[in-house]
Amino acid sequence: MHLHKFEKVWLIFGMGSLALFLVILGFAAFWKGTHPQSHIETIDPENVEAHDSFKPENLGLREVADGKYIVNIVASAFNYDFGMDADGKPVKKIRVPKGSTVLFQITSKDVVHGFQVAGTNVNMMVEPGHVSRLETEMKNVGEFTVVCNEYCGIAHHQMFATVEVYE
Amino acid sequence: MMNPLKIAKQDARLYMSFMYVTFASLLVGGLMGLLQTLARSGKFTLPFNINYYTILTVHGVILGLVLTTFFIIGFQFALMGKTVGISDKQRKAGWWAFWLMLVGTVMAAVTILVGQANVLYTFYAPLRAHPAFYIGLALVIVGSWVAVFTNFRQLYVWKKANKGQKSPLLAFMVVINMAMWFIASLGVAASVLIQFIPWSLGYAETINVLLSRTLFWYFGHPLVYFWLLPAYMAWYAIIPKIIGGKLFSDSLARMSFILLLMFSIPVGFHHQLTEPGIDPTWKFIQVVLTFMVVIPTLMTAFSIFATFETTGRRLGHKGLFGWFKHLPWKDVRFLAPFIGMVAFIPGGAGGIVNASHQMNSLIHNTIWVTGHFHLTVATTVILTYFGIAYWLVPHLTGRRLTPRLNKLGIIQSIIWTVGMTIMSTAMHIEGLLGGPRRSNFSTYAGGDQVQSWIGYQMAQAVGGTILFIGIVLMVYIFIQLAFFAPRGVEEFPIAEEEVDAEPTPKLLENWYLWIGITIALILFAYTIPVFDILKHSPPGSVPFDWPIGRY
Repeated sequence: MHLHKFEKVWLIFGMGSLALFLVILGFAAFWKGTHPQSHIETIDPENVEAHDSFKPENLGLREVADGKYIVNIVASAFNYDFGMDADGKPVKKIRVPKGSTVLFQITSKDVVHGFQVAGTNVNMMVEPGHVSRLETEMKNVGEFTVVCNEYCGIAHHQMFATVEVYE
Repeated sequence: MMNPLKIAKQDARLYMSFMYVTFASLLVGGLMGLLQTLARSGKFTLPFNINYYTILTVHGVILGLVLTTFFIIGFQFALMGKTVGISDKQRKAGWWAFWLMLVGTVMAAVTILVGQANVLYTFYAPLRAHPAFYIGLALVIVGSWVAVFTNFRQLYVWKKANKGQKSPLLAFMVVINMAMWFIASLGVAASVLIQFIPWSLGYAETINVLLSRTLFWYFGHPLVYFWLLPAYMAWYAIIPKIIGGKLFSDSLARMSFILLLMFSIPVGFHHQLTEPGIDPTWKFIQVVLTFMVVIPTLMTAFSIFATFETTGRRLGHKGLFGWFKHLPWKDVRFLAPFIGMVAFIPGGAGGIVNASHQMNSLIHNTIWVTGHFHLTVATTVILTYFGIAYWLVPHLTGRRLTPRLNKLGIIQSIIWTVGMTIMSTAMHIEGLLGGPRRSNFSTYAGGDQVQSWIGYQMAQAVGGTILFIGIVLMVYIFIQLAFFAPRGVEEFPIAEEEVDAEPTPKLLENWYLWIGITIALILFAYTIPVFDILKHSPPGSVPFDWPIGRY
């Protein structure tokens, strides 16, 4: 097949850039560990309480070491269960200090949901039968909206929470 | 090169039937889009208690699956009829395809409209729609398969009658697109027939959610190339004729279609990057395969602009950019697809972000994605389809694209460009700020972040309204071209090869080789991860009706 000389230059340049781009993606993924979340850990969606992290008393925010937190959440249409506060009311907002490392662990009791802490890199699909898990460092101060970003039913847009990062 | 055939009246009727459904879908689906953007601006409530997610489902199914598939199959039938011919038997099969698809469409549409299928066009389990929705979709796919095998047969018959000759370029391209469509739709068909229908009818208690999603996206990405390839057919083999030029390179065009066939299917995981149940190494492998389509895309971009320049210089336009200045800007058959080509530059750049292993998590399921595919499919692809309709419809109905209709078409293209620039830009920005897609208006927990999203949602409503005006105008032009424009002969433009063009290598028509490589790539990309999904599957999911308002 005949290729025009300019086209050869164009394709070599394009393919070279592409190769470089893919090497950068691969380097970041395999050497820097920036893979998207995937743990292949399964769970019975009808009995999520059997998993230690998702027992009712373990839901919500917990400090596990200095500046290190774990947040356990159970998603169901149309709610994120972050556990209860001291007054027995459902928690809708969690607060962590700036610079803390937070591990989000979440699963679904019913349908597919999304879990995004808008304005951060925390963005996961939440599927029945699977545990989604992502650790991040909260570098910026502010109030971040947690939104369900996968359609889960007709009140999907009313499924939210808040993460506050304070100074 | 063979002389193109004449399209007989009874054949034109078949091709036009697909066009009627296309433009009816445009009006219905476009109206739904308008209502969505208005509802999400927070300034309007939907009348008659219509659910936002009902219209969202109609919008996605009618425009993403129905409009596209009907237009593509109608257009491709016309291309086959023009280049290799159609027999009585094949035409009958074409009607079977049409009616099966139409019955399926009506079934699915009615089920959605009565509120029994608020599951959006991706119908993710374990949300359960009424079985009629899945059966309707299955009929659309089966109908499209009738068209697939009819097109295969058309080329086969021609090859037998024209031994040793290379197939007409456009017929070759149609067969590539249909081969891709068939291989890809096997995935969604398997999911619908084996998983969804028995489960929705209650014969199977549970469903494997991750498997159903994987089968959907095995189909879902080639679906977008199935939309794009007919636009590429026009760019490679029709636009050159419209601007008064010749085909840039027959073999290059074929090669790029072959590459698109090979690299459009083993790539579905890039839609599933943020899912918990798939090994990240396999996600990465599919990301790499996804990016291979950059190569045929670069080839396409080069040859299109090379055609523009060669043609312009041959017509005597001097200077570095004289050829560009003198392109037929006032011919809507050129202008509409050209705007589509331009939109593909930001569209493609956004796509690179989406498919990137890591950057994806910034925009996954945000309204950025919606902004992205409104540039690609709803601008690049649809404006090229409109550009085709301006000559195809009058050619089939024995009418002419009058200067007045041409002018209206130019106005339509400009309205579309303005509306889409506003809407899509607002969507991209809102998405970067974290605003979710597929969501009704909501103030969530309030605060500055949410407030910033709502401003962009207003802009989307403005853009959406302008686009709807464009849709009404397009439907008006279509009705004129189909029923009222003056009688006459409109050209069916097919570009010819240069007289001294180099011969096309025979290898490019070795179907066993290319389809063999395609299947090998699919097996490589999917065998191990699907095996893992099956081996590590959690207990299945029972159906959920109430979240979508079914009781």
